[in-house]
Amino acid sequence: MTYITKPQLHHPLLKPNALGFTRRDYEGSVSTLCAGCGHDSISAAIIQACYELDLPPHRIAKLSGIGCSSKTPDYFLGNSHGFNTVHGRMPSVLTGANLANRDLIYLGVSGDGDSASIGLGQFAHSIRRGVNMLYIVENNGVYGLTKGQFSATSDKGSKSKKGVINHDAGIDLVSLALQMGATFVARSFSGDKAQLVPLIKAALSHRGAAFIDCVSPCVQFNNHAGSTKSYDYVREHNEAVNRMDVIPHRDTITVDYAPGETVPVTQHDGSVLQLHKLAEHYDPSDRVGALAYLQSRQALGEIVTGLLFLDPEARDLHENLGTVDAPLNSLTERELTPGAAALAKLNASLR
Amino acid sequence: MPLEAVNDFVVKFANVNGSGSASANGMFAKAILRMGVPVAARNIFPSNIQGLPTWFEVRITEAGHLGRRGGVDLMVAMNPQTWDRDVAEIEPGGYLFYDSTKPLPAAKFRDDITVVGVPLTAMCNAAYQLPRERQLFKNIIYVGALAALLDIELAVIETLLAEQFAGKDRLIAANVAALHMGRDYVAENLTPLRLRVRRADKVGDRIYVEGNAAAALGAVYGGATVCAWYPITPSTSLAEAFTGYCEDLRIEPGTDKARYAIVQAEDEIASIGIVIGAGWNGARAFTATSGPGISLMTEFIGLSYFAEIPAVIFDVQRGGPSTGMPTRTQQADLLAAAYAGHGDSKHPLLLPADPGECFEMGGLAFDLADRLQTTIFVMLDLDIGMNEWLTKPFEWDDARKLDRGKVMTYDDLESGRDFGRYLEVDGDGIPYRTYPGTHPTKGGYFTRGTSRNPYARYSEEGSVYVGNMERLLRKFDTARSLVPAPIRRDAKRATRDGVIFFGSSTPAVHEALDDLEHRGLHLDALRVRAFPFPDEVFAFIAAHDRVFVIEQNRDGQLRSLLINEGDVDPSRLTAVLHYDGTPITARFIAGTVQGLMADRTPIHEAAE
Repeated sequence: MTYITKPQLHHPLLKPNALGFTRRDYEGSVSTLCAGCGHDSISAAIIQACYELDLPPHRIAKLSGIGCSSKTPDYFLGNSHGFNTVHGRMPSVLTGANLANRDLIYLGVSGDGDSASIGLGQFAHSIRRGVNMLYIVENNGVYGLTKGQFSATSDKGSKSKKGVINHDAGIDLVSLALQMGATFVARSFSGDKAQLVPLIKAALSHRGAAFIDCVSPCVQFNNHAGSTKSYDYVREHNEAVNRMDVIPHRDTITVDYAPGETVPVTQHDGSVLQLHKLAEHYDPSDRVGALAYLQSRQALGEIVTGLLFLDPEARDLHENLGTVDAPLNSLTERELTPGAAALAKLNASLR
Repeated sequence: MPLEAVNDFVVKFANVNGSGSASANGMFAKAILRMGVPVAARNIFPSNIQGLPTWFEVRITEAGHLGRRGGVDLMVAMNPQTWDRDVAEIEPGGYLFYDSTKPLPAAKFRDDITVVGVPLTAMCNAAYQLPRERQLFKNIIYVGALAALLDIELAVIETLLAEQFAGKDRLIAANVAALHMGRDYVAENLTPLRLRVRRADKVGDRIYVEGNAAAALGAVYGGATVCAWYPITPSTSLAEAFTGYCEDLRIEPGTDKARYAIVQAEDEIASIGIVIGAGWNGARAFTATSGPGISLMTEFIGLSYFAEIPAVIFDVQRGGPSTGMPTRTQQADLLAAAYAGHGDSKHPLLLPADPGECFEMGGLAFDLADRLQTTIFVMLDLDIGMNEWLTKPFEWDDARKLDRGKVMTYDDLESGRDFGRYLEVDGDGIPYRTYPGTHPTKGGYFTRGTSRNPYARYSEEGSVYVGNMERLLRKFDTARSLVPAPIRRDAKRATRDGVIFFGSSTPAVHEALDDLEHRGLHLDALRVRAFPFPDEVFAFIAAHDRVFVIEQNRDGQLRSLLINEGDVDPSRLTAVLHYDGTPITARFIAGTVQGLMADRTPIHEAAE
């Protein structure tokens, strides 16, 4: 909450990035989430990723819906415009914002209640339209702010804190995003910053609909034995298919892994993803293969993480609509109003 | 006695939906218009693509009464399903035109009307082989026959055919042949009716256009760049017209790229979400919808009120839920739109009376939305939106600038101006805003519905909330002076009686007032053009002992708004309501008001 301001003292050893910003310049106000909440780790990873990518903080727009996860945009990027919208409807607001100004970076932050239940439709449609954004779901399988109800991503058979067994099938947002045509799909774990930060960096550099499902345990309501979204369960069942380094396009590429284990992928903005294989046969350029692999591992109770799919040549909504290069919000009457002469012609055609 | 009239009668076509009659009937109306005689044409159509009954009513009116009159002088009965009610609807002394191929028993007719039979099916079957041709040319044949019966100049229709099928000479020739077939049959077998069309010079430079198209063009001129919508009758053609106009008028020279973005969303909720996201980010954005869409959008509309985000909604009003009545007209969303949202909220409404005002208000809405940083509704209805109306030509002043409202720029922020997103600065209740991405360290803020102080910082303090709500009321009061003023028409004699009305009822009300005046009943009239109501509206009510509020809904929604917002004594406002789904008629208004005046006069005098 913004009324708790942070002290503005900067440690002299804080290293500025290429723009002269320190990590602190990417922070927001003090989190009001529970101590140990996975969401705070994700906020920290977003801060780290933006700092490392040298992004101007004010050129990022952060949008969210309603819920614990949707409160977090207040806790990072304090100089960015943010919009805490309505429950389940962040994707449409983000789509509109993106249409208005294609030059900003759009970060949508949502939760499993916000995106898999009330907002499942908007989640799916924003992805199938190819909105250029990073859409993160901070997935804890539970409604935290309303104290512990199952969410739609709770696995079948998972046990609630009160001991109730979930009998509904869980929605896998990663599989759905793949089916909806997302061009960057990843899953990570809030407890694995080394994996998460590069994924966020790569997703922010991606042009098109990028989706990260980040399992983020709820320490208060879903971190007990019998839950499949607890720290312990995720640590035991996390199967990372790859690791990644993101190399901005201006840096020289040095390959320090043996050939065959590492695949470089160049994104549209020139940045290079160095992808280190961990699962032998996993190919993140194969959408159908990814879906099949995810389902087979899920059946075994494993949580597959890493970069699951990437199309570096993706098109985005603006390209599909053929909009002008200039942001639409910068156009004036000179470009927008056809004038009296054009109107006279129209009048003549209506007689 | 058969009715006798020149340039002043009503023709109604009863057809089967999907039979291709719409374009033939439209041509009939337009031909009369091209002869310099004003027409008012209205479609009454089912929620159906093929098979159900549909009607097209054309009022020929040299006097320029563009509302519905009521009653039918000539019925073109082409639909056996609705024969009985169509025949019953004809005025005594009126005319029935029908397909006489198959003989009908005498009981199917009336003896107080003139029956004109043309064996259309037989003629078509003789002339054409393909079923579709038989169907389509039948329509053109009856237009030819009617032209001969009513004295409509055939050359004018031929010109219209040539325009419609420009470049397709074979089609033009075939249609002209069918037209002549009808004309020749009448010339050889029948005599012209006593209803006649005579060339006049009463159309002037007016244009003939649908309100939805006009509103869409208003959005183009008003600088809208983002449109998000979901198909719903009767608003669909507004978004489609916007698309068409943008493709013609909004392409960047040299690159052929679009200076607009149109998204057909997955539903109305996403539509308004996109609009609000774009408005938040500084683009002019709108959606077009109807009542059910307003219901779905309500949460977001409330958010736009509290978060103070510009948005424009064109609400093309129709009847209630589901299908059926929804393809009929009503003015029944006023209350839903005015107070949409949860928590205390209210929104400006613009109330256009014809396509000319749809264009003007369509453009103005975007200036108001930016100026007031809130949702602006433009309340059309099916009658204005989906029917072509004769209206004054569109006008635009090239010197006009888009009013982007109070926006702080990089330079403003850099100069050290104090920025508080919800801070009262100018005493008008309107705060300043910044577009995202303006300045690296200043002007950023986190947008929420409520629970923040004037500097957009989180606060749950009651006094802070109240202060913000009071400011929003001041802003709404500012809106009162910015929206279009009401238009007053005074009776020829001083009177203590008045009428208040709005929107598509307007031409019928004016005609009714003329009619009442002939009967010695004088009423001052005020056409309301926007909500919140400017002071003149309440001054008008105060200056009259009784005011009839005429509207096309069941519950007297405008009347309720007036009572609620102006603290008006309900007994001063008498509801005159028409809500059967057909457009209100002058006869209905004159008859109802006259009846109410007769009823109430003695009581009122006794009270004095």
